[in-house]
Amino acid sequence: MIDNHILAPVLIHLFSAVLQLIAWRKTVTQRIISILGTFLGTLLAIRLLADVYSKGVLTLNASNWEAPFGIVFVADLLSATLVLLTSIAGLAVSFFSATGVSRQRMLYGYFPIFHFLLMGLNGAFLTGDIFNLYVWFEVIIISSFVLMTLGGRKTQLEGAVKYMAMNILASTFFLTGIGILYGITGSLNMADLSVKIQQVQNQSLVGITACFFILGFGIKSAVFPLYYWLPSSYHTPPSAVAATFGGLLTKVGVYAMIRVFSLIFIPDEFTRNLLMIIAVLTIVIGSMGAVIKTNIRRMFSYLIVCHIGFMIGGIAMFSKIALMGALFYLFHDIMVKTNMFLIAGLIRQLRGTMDMKKLGGLYAQYPLISLVCALVLFSLVGIPPLSGFWPKIYLFQAAFTLDHYAFVAALIIGSFTTLYVIAKMWAEVFWKDSPDDVTVEDKFEPLPMFRKILLVLPICILCLVTLFIGLNAEAIVQLVDKISTQLLDTSPYVEAVLGKTK
Amino acid sequence: MRSPILQAATKYLLPILLLFSFFLLLRGHYYPGGGFVGGLVASIAFVLHSFANGTESTMKLLKHKPLSLIPIGLGISATSVSLPLLFGLPPMTGLWFDEPIPVIGMIGSSLFFDLGVYLVVIGVVLTILFTIALDNLSDKT
Repeated sequence: MIDNHILAPVLIHLFSAVLQLIAWRKTVTQRIISILGTFLGTLLAIRLLADVYSKGVLTLNASNWEAPFGIVFVADLLSATLVLLTSIAGLAVSFFSATGVSRQRMLYGYFPIFHFLLMGLNGAFLTGDIFNLYVWFEVIIISSFVLMTLGGRKTQLEGAVKYMAMNILASTFFLTGIGILYGITGSLNMADLSVKIQQVQNQSLVGITACFFILGFGIKSAVFPLYYWLPSSYHTPPSAVAATFGGLLTKVGVYAMIRVFSLIFIPDEFTRNLLMIIAVLTIVIGSMGAVIKTNIRRMFSYLIVCHIGFMIGGIAMFSKIALMGALFYLFHDIMVKTNMFLIAGLIRQLRGTMDMKKLGGLYAQYPLISLVCALVLFSLVGIPPLSGFWPKIYLFQAAFTLDHYAFVAALIIGSFTTLYVIAKMWAEVFWKDSPDDVTVEDKFEPLPMFRKILLVLPICILCLVTLFIGLNAEAIVQLVDKISTQLLDTSPYVEAVLGKTK
Repeated sequence: MRSPILQAATKYLLPILLLFSFFLLLRGHYYPGGGFVGGLVASIAFVLHSFANGTESTMKLLKHKPLSLIPIGLGISATSVSLPLLFGLPPMTGLWFDEPIPVIGMIGSSLFFDLGVYLVVIGVVLTILFTIALDNLSDKT
């Protein structure tokens, strides 16, 4: 079904960014535009999800060009849900940035670039054209590179160089894959590709192309052995930026992998085994890295790597239950990871450091904030009935029925390490008394009430969404059930794009 | 180094290059050309002026900072992208006036998209070049 308004969540961020560029150097105006823009974006995303839920897959032919020839935008349930989650995360980060980012950074265009990043993310989720997906990836990379270097400290530049080098390499692999794909099928439209790829004689060439995509998306989503750029770059930018990166950027890679492997390359035996090995090693390496880190943000960066493995494992098993688990975990992970980096930023405001050895006594001083943080951390660990618990049931069930015992072991290791690491962090940061020899530099206490609210409110918003996902798991399960049905049987998607006659 | 030959030539070349850039912008819909190339040629005109007369006098000539061209251009392009939504058409569809306008010819929303690109390219190129040039000036003094 054709709906000309599915690009609204993309356009709203484009217009917010333009307005903020007009208000160049007027930081107060920019903050207000940013909060209003992300709020409107969230409302539009809710409307989009409601439309898709009731009417089925919606499409838009850009410039009115017919489907396989022009660029097509497709909103199915997976895209619409991810757009909604991106918008919610964007809203929270926008609130947090209003106080959490220094004025100096805002003067050099923090907010416009942040909105370009959100625009790129929404565009990547909504596009139905593989080359257009690449273009949105470039929009994301360029804006994230600016966000990462803004401020120009030495560590930031060092992290950014690693980030940029690896991501350009990923884009090159991705682009090469697209080139080969276009050469063997003559199409770039993903729905059209899914039909034409089955008619290709040389199926081994198709397999090689799939490997290019695994490499490209693998670097972007930070899987073993291509993950090392992530922990060495995510701890350098300000927390508001790290929250957007940690919550959303790696997940675009996972989304692209789900999309490409469900629609174009249906995973064969070799691809499944390859993905499964990658997933197991990613979980193990990620959890080993998380155990030894004492800086909160570095530890969180390794936890991102570790939990990416859960989703890749779900894709590798490629059964309905496994996909349900992977998707549920993806939704839960976006909310929780964004929130954790925001919490790290708040801790920095409260204590002036993120080193666990120098932290302590937060529970005694701020019991309410600690309670909110505890809910988020427990959700991450997956204490029932919070949100991290439910997807793991599905992943375990799928792994046991398909006899992937290595993945079961990796899941257990990953979950226990997360529990250990978070318990350690809880004890060190919140329960332990503040060390005597450390002078506390509290930037939070002297702030006016309004600014305190701006810092704590986004954490509460995301915490509420996480609680909703956990406590209202029934609704989410129904949603991921529908999504995984759409992923396994792509004929509604293809029909919506190409029309019924094909 | 100031060369009187270059200065005299620039006096005539600047308007010609600007006219040529506008010509490229207008013919871009069906023939080679368009907003990006036109914008590059226009910014080359200003770069030539800054070579001949120094960066400061070019900035005086422009009156406004080239940075302010970027949001104006982006705004025009974004509006022309989303304007068809008001007529119930998908974004980026070309909307055309029924009657051609003398000299320019048919005018449609794609011309405004190109105009936006033209302004953004001028803004970006000049901002980058002026930033580098002024940094060098302040280093020397």
